[in-house]
Amino acid sequence: MQPTDTANPAYFHKVVDCQWACPAHTPVPEYIRLIGQGRYSDAYMVNWVSNVFPGILGRTCDRPCEPACRRARVEQSNGEHPEPVAICRLKRVAADMKDDVSRRMPKVAPRNGKRIACVGAGPASLTVARDLAPLGYEVAVFDGEAKAGGFIRTQIPRFRLPESVIDEETGYILDLGVAFQSGQRIESMRALLAQGFDAVFVGCGAPRGRDLDLPGRHEAAQHIHIGIDWLASVSFGHITSIGKRVIVLGGGNTAMDCCRSARRLGGAEVKVIVRSGFDEMKASPWEKEDAQHEGIPIINFHVPKSFEHSDGKLTGLKFEVVRAVYDEHGRRSLVPTGEPEVLVECDDVLIAVGQENAFPWIERDSGIEFDQWGLPKLDKTTFQSTLPNVFFGGDAAFGPKNIITAVAHGHEAAVSIDRLLHGEDIRRRPDPMTNLLSTKMGIHEWSYDNDTSNDPRFKVPWAKAEMALANIRVEVELGFDAATAFKEASRCLNCDVQTVFSAPACIECDACVDICPMDCISFTINGDEPDLRKRLKAPALNLEQDLYVSGMLKTGRVMVKDEDVCLHCGLCAERCPTGAWDMQKFLLEPAQAGPMCRDARKDSRAPEVVA
Amino acid sequence: MTYLAKPRLHHPSLTVNKVGYTRRDYEGKNSTLCAGCGHDSISAAIIQACWELDIEPHRVAKLSGIGCSSKTPDYFLGASHGFNTVHGRMPSVLTGANLANRSLLYLGISGDGDSASIGLGQFAHAMRRAVRMVYIVEDNGVYGLTKGQFSATADRGSRSKKGAINSDNPVDMIGMALQLGASYVARGFSGDKAQLVPLIKGAIGHGGAAFIDVISPCIAFNNHAGSTKCYDYVREHNEAMNRLDFITPRSEITTDYAPGEVVEVVQHDGRTLRLRKLHDGYDPTDRLAAMNHVQTHQARGEVVTGLLYVDPDASDLHAALNTSARPLNTLGNQELCPGAAELATLNAALRC
Repeated sequence: MQPTDTANPAYFHKVVDCQWACPAHTPVPEYIRLIGQGRYSDAYMVNWVSNVFPGILGRTCDRPCEPACRRARVEQSNGEHPEPVAICRLKRVAADMKDDVSRRMPKVAPRNGKRIACVGAGPASLTVARDLAPLGYEVAVFDGEAKAGGFIRTQIPRFRLPESVIDEETGYILDLGVAFQSGQRIESMRALLAQGFDAVFVGCGAPRGRDLDLPGRHEAAQHIHIGIDWLASVSFGHITSIGKRVIVLGGGNTAMDCCRSARRLGGAEVKVIVRSGFDEMKASPWEKEDAQHEGIPIINFHVPKSFEHSDGKLTGLKFEVVRAVYDEHGRRSLVPTGEPEVLVECDDVLIAVGQENAFPWIERDSGIEFDQWGLPKLDKTTFQSTLPNVFFGGDAAFGPKNIITAVAHGHEAAVSIDRLLHGEDIRRRPDPMTNLLSTKMGIHEWSYDNDTSNDPRFKVPWAKAEMALANIRVEVELGFDAATAFKEASRCLNCDVQTVFSAPACIECDACVDICPMDCISFTINGDEPDLRKRLKAPALNLEQDLYVSGMLKTGRVMVKDEDVCLHCGLCAERCPTGAWDMQKFLLEPAQAGPMCRDARKDSRAPEVVA
Repeated sequence: MTYLAKPRLHHPSLTVNKVGYTRRDYEGKNSTLCAGCGHDSISAAIIQACWELDIEPHRVAKLSGIGCSSKTPDYFLGASHGFNTVHGRMPSVLTGANLANRSLLYLGISGDGDSASIGLGQFAHAMRRAVRMVYIVEDNGVYGLTKGQFSATADRGSRSKKGAINSDNPVDMIGMALQLGASYVARGFSGDKAQLVPLIKGAIGHGGAAFIDVISPCIAFNNHAGSTKCYDYVREHNEAMNRLDFITPRSEITTDYAPGEVVEVVQHDGRTLRLRKLHDGYDPTDRLAAMNHVQTHQARGEVVTGLLYVDPDASDLHAALNTSARPLNTLGNQELCPGAAELATLNAALRC
């Protein structure tokens, strides 16, 4: 193999599994260390810069970081239940325990004369507003509702996310001089464009819940509800009760929110019924667990066939029982088992089988083109539509995803808008800011805690079930206390502290090989990658994880490190007599809108050095 | 050294051997030696060899004297018996232990100071008495604990870290071991575990006095230009006589060798040592030829490594003394004190 090019920021970035997996590339280990040090406000701001809504995400994030977390792989065959660091819940600790951070918010620069419209006040639009407003842009955010937040406010039940958190975090953004045009639903793109905005960002989400057109749907309509509309009505207090027996159709996170909300509004017997198998459900594993914890059964492999009713009143739902059959390409089809149809009696049905994008307000002759699925034709990296000054992001861009993805879209769209309005090519994307700095403080002292914790994952305490189920506004999860947060933070392996190897300094004494607890390091004759992966001290079977290969050493061999289960404990560097190994902290921050994202940085507000 | 103990977390693919232990179970305490010390590599090689041979840690006794090398038994086989003797006296304490309990595996760990200076006589007599043991000298040619004076194995003409030239002739421990009757004589290098681990495994399976001289560079005081025991010098001058595969009777032969490339030495417990020849005409079962060959190469400044001599029919001190077949601690009163009648018989036999 060729020597690894560590000068390419992508290499070390990929080693930081959590940050790599995060759509917004939040530097996770960086803020977890700050939480461990009790620097909650600093940890909050690291988050805020990157993901804009730490308090909200600390409760509701889809957490792509956690399945990626190295800790879970490291604990394999070392503990009973290998589990990742509770990254999401630690983020909440930063939000819960921080001091007043209002003075840390960015200063707003003088107006630059450019006007931006954001359609919808959800996470994508608010991210665009937050990135652009401090630079001097005049940002107007339009939303049909009275308060900002979009789906964050309307869809996520209060027992998962208190309204005060939404108010606080949307407030930080609106306080940056953003004009929030509440109660103003945009009904015409043409009319909006006519107002002369320099750029328009569409972050209106995917506001239409998919319906199920089965026999009986219209006759029993009064007791059949579309999940997201029902959740919004619950959120606004328009709906305060539901029948005793409730069926929730669908296997995504919205279905989980529906069933748990129904449980709190009088649904004594709530069932989730899904077409697919339990394991293939779209809902995050922890959301399924939470629902089951509240006594809600999840019944799988049941395809709804008809709504049963009498006298205009819903009486139940008929299902066909199926099983999953896979063809030779691994494609699944659901085949009826031949069992008789099952009738499940109920009083109400909530349909949460997906969401659709709907842009009835965008005139098809406005210059914005749509594809066959009704989604706008966009450039995947710039988020630019076929009308050059109109951008899309969040669920409105590529269909329903999640909050953190919407935030990531918002950042990228803001970069595009900033570059566009400075006359620069938006297809050229700015490089991230990276920094690599030794953590060495002494012979065996490092500026991070390298003593690997052996603790299994800590559980977040919950409110008592009878209290939580009695009131939809009682938050279920209580969050870690400071002591537990410290211990959970200590489980983080500090994957951003990189093992950096210098081939010229190495004397091949094998000290690192001997001390490495995970058998990551080998010195061997070079070969191609599949061959090398088999020949290492421990086989490198996880192909997702890179091999770090040095240049040729004195004996003609190379150093090969399998990044897969490295503890970043630094013992290789402590044992190294020549400093060939060093533990260096890698920080990567994606470029955000502003002078640093532009090619011509002459207008940078950084002080100019006068020769 | 490292300040922290090695985390107990291990690689998910780590496997257990036939006696139910992982390689990590053969480790000991945290090493306090300098970073990069060759001795730590030797400890790792011993751990690897014991794991591969499915040795039960509680059936091992590790004995050592004084010095950096003699500290190392604390850093491997944490579940084994250990004895840290007076300086240079490891061989005689080990001899006594071995006579008392012949059922244990004896690892004698020593250094060039402990064995070639203060303990030279002890070393010599353990070899000539054929005490069944693995005698490992961790040889760095320097007194590390006292800050870098030449030791007795430092080559004449080699230079100390401060610049002094050694005017004394070295003690040639390999030559002495051959001459004194050691029945398994090898030299390894801490920087080459692929060679060292099989040498240790062969020694563990050997039926007599097995001696391994392991060149183990001292990073702190003897790893500079002008030293003949530094990594660079040893790598440049390393002349391996052969490559050893240690084969237990059960294991299959899987590798193909070219004809004439391999010598197989079947020992009398049935275990086989398979040697891939790297030097034509070198016969490791011929003591005189081995002495000649090693001396010839050493005279050219080469560092001769590999399995230099092995006597497949080696016997040991117990055979010579016709001792009890069982460890003394398993003998009962009746056997230890057979009574007046037995004594009378014995006395009668001694009368003319």
